[in-house]
Amino acid sequence: MNNAMSQKEIVRKSLKRRYRKEQRFKFYGILAIVIALSALVILFADIIGKGYTGFIKTTVTLEVQLDPEVMYLEDPTDAEAFSMADFKAPLVVALENQVSDATGKTAQRALGQLLNTYAANQLRDAVKADPGIMGTTQTMTFLAHDDVSVYVKHGDDPTYTVKLSEQQQAWVDQLVEAGVIENSFNDVFFSNGDSREPANAGVLGAIVGSLLTMLVTLLLSFPIGVAAAIYLEEFAPQNKLTDFIEVNINNLAAVPSIIFGLLGLAVFINLFGMPRSVPVVGGLVLTLMTLPTIIISSRAAIKSVPPSIREAAEGIGASKMQVVLHHVLPLALPGMLTGSIIGMAQALGETAPLLLIGMVAFIVDVPDGLFDSATVLPVQIFLWAGSPELAFIERASAAIMVLLAFLISMNAIAIWLRRRLERRW
Amino acid sequence: MNTMNSGLANKTETPEPAVLTPQEKPMDDAGLRGKTVGTPFADNAKFTLRDVEVFYGETQAIKGISLDIAKNEVISFIGPSGCGKSTFLRCLNRMNDSIDICRVKGTLELDGQNIYDPKRDVVELRARVGMVFQKPNPFPKSIYDNVAYGPRIHGLANRKSELDEMVESSLRSAGLWNEVKDRLHMPGTGLSGGQQQRLCIARAIAVSPEVVLMDEPCSALDPIATARIEELISELSQSYTIIIVTHSMQQAARVSNRTAYFHLGHLVEVNETNKVFTSPQHDLTESYITGRFG
Repeated sequence: MNNAMSQKEIVRKSLKRRYRKEQRFKFYGILAIVIALSALVILFADIIGKGYTGFIKTTVTLEVQLDPEVMYLEDPTDAEAFSMADFKAPLVVALENQVSDATGKTAQRALGQLLNTYAANQLRDAVKADPGIMGTTQTMTFLAHDDVSVYVKHGDDPTYTVKLSEQQQAWVDQLVEAGVIENSFNDVFFSNGDSREPANAGVLGAIVGSLLTMLVTLLLSFPIGVAAAIYLEEFAPQNKLTDFIEVNINNLAAVPSIIFGLLGLAVFINLFGMPRSVPVVGGLVLTLMTLPTIIISSRAAIKSVPPSIREAAEGIGASKMQVVLHHVLPLALPGMLTGSIIGMAQALGETAPLLLIGMVAFIVDVPDGLFDSATVLPVQIFLWAGSPELAFIERASAAIMVLLAFLISMNAIAIWLRRRLERRW
Repeated sequence: MNTMNSGLANKTETPEPAVLTPQEKPMDDAGLRGKTVGTPFADNAKFTLRDVEVFYGETQAIKGISLDIAKNEVISFIGPSGCGKSTFLRCLNRMNDSIDICRVKGTLELDGQNIYDPKRDVVELRARVGMVFQKPNPFPKSIYDNVAYGPRIHGLANRKSELDEMVESSLRSAGLWNEVKDRLHMPGTGLSGGQQQRLCIARAIAVSPEVVLMDEPCSALDPIATARIEELISELSQSYTIIIVTHSMQQAARVSNRTAYFHLGHLVEVNETNKVFTSPQHDLTESYITGRFG
């Protein structure tokens, strides 16, 4: 009896210790989650804080007097005269009318710098389209120079003013006051390709390039991956060869992605002579990279189909093929799709292999097709992040947000598909 | 009982000393091999099985069994766990095929045709020899689709109405029709355990097999559901040959015409069920049914 009492005592003491241990363990777990979450919050705060201005464009609305004398353009239908004409002068004049104390050549040049480099081209195109507007006064909206845009958006912050002189800053303040310079939603960012001029640069080219590349990747990697997984799980005999294949697929999943880029360069471009910088080659390279992920997750999904279902179908006399198509595949599909979408999301964010196959080129046009030169979102971010202009840095952050939006929606689709297709047994 | 078990588990032990009670006798293979007592053979055999041996890799699970299974009889296989009764059952419709390391030797014939002929189509065999498993395993589909699956894959019904009829008659035979007729398109997995098992029986008989194999069909069910299934087995025995593996001797006694007692991969005794349970001819059978081991 005595012995039993002391045993109880020992158990009670050890219980206390166990509870403390459990508490500590819980605390570590919470700590880990807090660290991970705060990293995420810092990341998002930084990107959004830097990048939200990328979604704002700054425009200058001017009353442009299309004076033939100022523009040295008497006859707009004369091609030679047209090419010699000065389309910048009327813009500078229009600006001069809006600000005080702008006199002399230097001041005019400084004023002209407030406008986007392509403003004169915009005016020229307008005249070309309708020569009749010569001699009239038109209200036109131009993009401001990116330095002006940055200054308008971050006026108080000294790091964003360095590019403009005191005089220019004063003018910009006046123009903002007068409502000539305005901020609005940056539709240019979503309707243009890349550009040398930050104000004109957009992500549309990169988005289309990414979509085309993903299309190729999806069309190739999903069927090949699922077919390989089904063969390996259902039909392949268990022997040394299949073991070897399995080990190698797992190894392939761990190969650094840049190696796949080298492979793509050596095989698709150098050996098969496919063009550089095109979505087809990008898609092929990313297919190689995504395949192991899809095969591994599809095999796991097939393995998780309960053997009783298989037996039931076999017991009625379903052939191997019917067992796979009627029972295994529908039950494994949610897992396969989730794995594939995660693989695709990985591929969407991939940069390194695409650099090697030339998708890092400066491409202004939105690609028309699979064989048209293109770049992709992460590479576009890489390019902009390396540019010295402040306006490109904010565009890089904005593009990161676009990329994240794509990734999050892909993951959301994966979750939705899984919920939708999952069946209970 | 315990002494017996430990003696069986350690087959490598040196033979025991002189005087032994029957249940303590060392079970060497030579003593049981091919020496089935009772009436293993029948005149109107559906299955003719001679010297059947099954190996899992190096291990021999079935050590030379010869048995006839007659048309339209209900035969139950009983015996302690691991005695090979399920393995033997699964040979009869080649369900062991999917296990790579499994090899089957000997003569196994269904209506005089070799089951293990390499040219034999296993799909056709399984359409003739249906199976019901230990755990109810309906497909995650509707009740209707569960039953209709077999007829569909074998192309037994040409029209929707024909298929409907097949589903109804199968569910009626399985005694499930009245319970589910209003919810045929609800998932089969939503039924109770006993109903699920009857659904599986309906699914098996929907393709009109000649033989139904049942591998411990009631082991996952409560006594009421079990009684229902046993009743069903008796009804089905009118039109099908039924081979049932069971751990319940009462069940074997209630449903079967003949009972076969398996022991360590040997078929020890086969006889009329009442004979096996009232006057077993072999010591091992007697020990088992009187509960001295198993």
